[in-house]
Amino acid sequence: MKIDIILAGVGGQGILSIANIVGYAAIKKGLYMKQAEVHGMSQRGGDVQSHFRLADYEIASDLIPMGQADLIISVEPMESLRYLPWLGPEGWLITNDQRFVNIPNYPDEALLKAELDKLPRKVVINADQIAKDLGSARSANMVILGAASPFIKIVFESIENAVRDVFGRKGEDVVNVNLACLRAGREYSEKR
Amino acid sequence: MSKTLLLGVEAIAQGALDGGLSGVYAYPGTPSTEITEFIQQSKQAVEGNVHRIWAGNEKTAMESAIGMSYAGKRAMVCMKHVGLNVAADPFMNSSITGAHGGLVVVVADDPSMHSSQDEQDSRYYSKFALIPTFEPSNQQEAYDMAYEAFEFSEKYKTPVLIRVTTRLAHSRAGVERKTAKPQNALNPNTDPKKFILLPANARNHYRALLAKQKDFENEAFNSKYNKFVDGTDKKVGIIASGIAYNYVMENYVGTKCPHPILKISQYPLPSALIAKMVDECESVIVIEEGYPFIEEQVRGILNRTGNIKGRMDGTLPRDGELNPNLVARALGLKEQIGSPVPSIVVPRPPALCNGCPHVDSYLALNQAMEKYGPGKVFADIGCYTLGALPPYNAIYSTVDMGASITMAKGAADAGLLPAVAVIGDSTFTHSGMTSLLDAIYEHTPITVLILDNSTTGMTGGQDSHALGVLGNICKGLGVEEEHIRIIKPLKANQDENARIITEELEYQGVSVIIPTRECIQTLNRRMKAKAAKK
Repeated sequence: MKIDIILAGVGGQGILSIANIVGYAAIKKGLYMKQAEVHGMSQRGGDVQSHFRLADYEIASDLIPMGQADLIISVEPMESLRYLPWLGPEGWLITNDQRFVNIPNYPDEALLKAELDKLPRKVVINADQIAKDLGSARSANMVILGAASPFIKIVFESIENAVRDVFGRKGEDVVNVNLACLRAGREYSEKR
Repeated sequence: MSKTLLLGVEAIAQGALDGGLSGVYAYPGTPSTEITEFIQQSKQAVEGNVHRIWAGNEKTAMESAIGMSYAGKRAMVCMKHVGLNVAADPFMNSSITGAHGGLVVVVADDPSMHSSQDEQDSRYYSKFALIPTFEPSNQQEAYDMAYEAFEFSEKYKTPVLIRVTTRLAHSRAGVERKTAKPQNALNPNTDPKKFILLPANARNHYRALLAKQKDFENEAFNSKYNKFVDGTDKKVGIIASGIAYNYVMENYVGTKCPHPILKISQYPLPSALIAKMVDECESVIVIEEGYPFIEEQVRGILNRTGNIKGRMDGTLPRDGELNPNLVARALGLKEQIGSPVPSIVVPRPPALCNGCPHVDSYLALNQAMEKYGPGKVFADIGCYTLGALPPYNAIYSTVDMGASITMAKGAADAGLLPAVAVIGDSTFTHSGMTSLLDAIYEHTPITVLILDNSTTGMTGGQDSHALGVLGNICKGLGVEEEHIRIIKPLKANQDENARIITEELEYQGVSVIIPTRECIQTLNRRMKAKAAKK
């Protein structure tokens, strides 16, 4: 068993906390994991990505070969498209539909939507709105993770437990709102 | 034993701590920064009273580490590849004196220049200095090598270098730890000849270092990190070093690589293993991250046989980072590539943050410079290098740490007026102070903006040696007090700030303007921490 995930976003959007939670759940299951991150200059509002790999055998490369990712999980719609060469033939793309516009030549919203519409296997979700409605605008990440969770071969309960463990020291309220976001994202994906 | 999830650089930090480290010395620089940060946050380091405060620059870091080694304790110095240029003088000469307590130099190279101005390969430096090098291929090796490096250094009385590249530095995996060793007791050197590089001593030391080269190669030949795995298809043999080895193996997941493969992770190159590969195979592909360091040595300048392939003959790209796909292509294997990137996707370069003080400094500077035209602002290394991009387009050069001031001076010497330098607070104390002294000494007409955001911003907000002392440093170096102008970079002050900059541009001597406002990132972090406490 293996699962390769490209996490995408813009520096500062916190894609690494998604990786953190899945990684936590995976390590508890005794899986092998490798996760290449981007630190440094790009974190200043540039495009950032993380190659996240899980397997029940020892993983060789820190980078996912092109055409082999099972999932692209993105917190920004244009960024989700940047990594299509990595997506495998049966792969799914899960992305927030809320744009992060910090460049003057950001593509037109209709063109962006048309490109996303072309993809056969995708979940496009307004994670910002769902997180805001649940009372924590900052937890859009967890909505995205929830939406991706049906495609990650780890039991949902383990991911829930990882959220509890990772956010535990921030108190019960933070744990609960993040769990609510996670579940709302999952529900959206399942009802789709 | 359960595994700990660690970045490659964190694995080095933990390995060093468990290997009996007494002090880490470093200046922040991507991708090496997290080694020192990990040690700073380590309970084990606090309990062991391990030295872990940032140094002013890589040269002072290297020298402090040498001092700790001379005192008999285990020291590690960490830097990015270009940092080794700054530390080159003590680095080269530490190989002549040799080490006393274990001395480990960790250098993180940045192929593809993710956050750097070049992609120089530090293996040339260790060959230049004639010292052994370790190049881990994964996080576990990074840990193990750091753990063992001190004893290796003490065994041969030599500094050793650990070289990593960006991908391994910033990739996380499970690492198994070993039993922590105690630190060395204080044991200063008392032999007066050993560490005094008077020519008469240095000649002897150099000969001793040359004599050790055979031992170093023997170690590499017997090293568990260098291994020769035979294969059935000897049309092609593979030599792969460091993380490049993983990219080769990724192409053979679930099967066995049919070619003989020589993994190299310890230098100097074990010539017997290389000879075996070259003799047994029709051709050899050398796959390495960085420059063609191994390839160049194996093929020689004459390339008589023409059967050594790699970056130099186009089998692999001559520049940039490797990945599993590039390696697959080099080995003639089939690749599977997803759909192409849609044409509407545009680059998203890094940018100055919302609320960044540098934005307001540049807006005021641009306003003041408007009448003088382009090409007169020399900048430096830091977040403010992003002032090169639109909408600011404010600067015209960035070369190395501290260069802005001396480049402005040289341009002023050539008759370029006004000549302006833009440098950050931390970069200024790193290596801008002597530059400024040069200009003061000659009373050169330059205007220096020291953008004081009270931190080392680009690498994530490490403490700056300049904190609270910038004005006094400039005064002490000899800048006239009335030409040290402290301003607050805010949108509301833009006209006033532009007026002050204009005044100093007109002054025919050294002026220093210090726009002072905290980095928005460290400010936000501080506010968040404060709110959490309440």
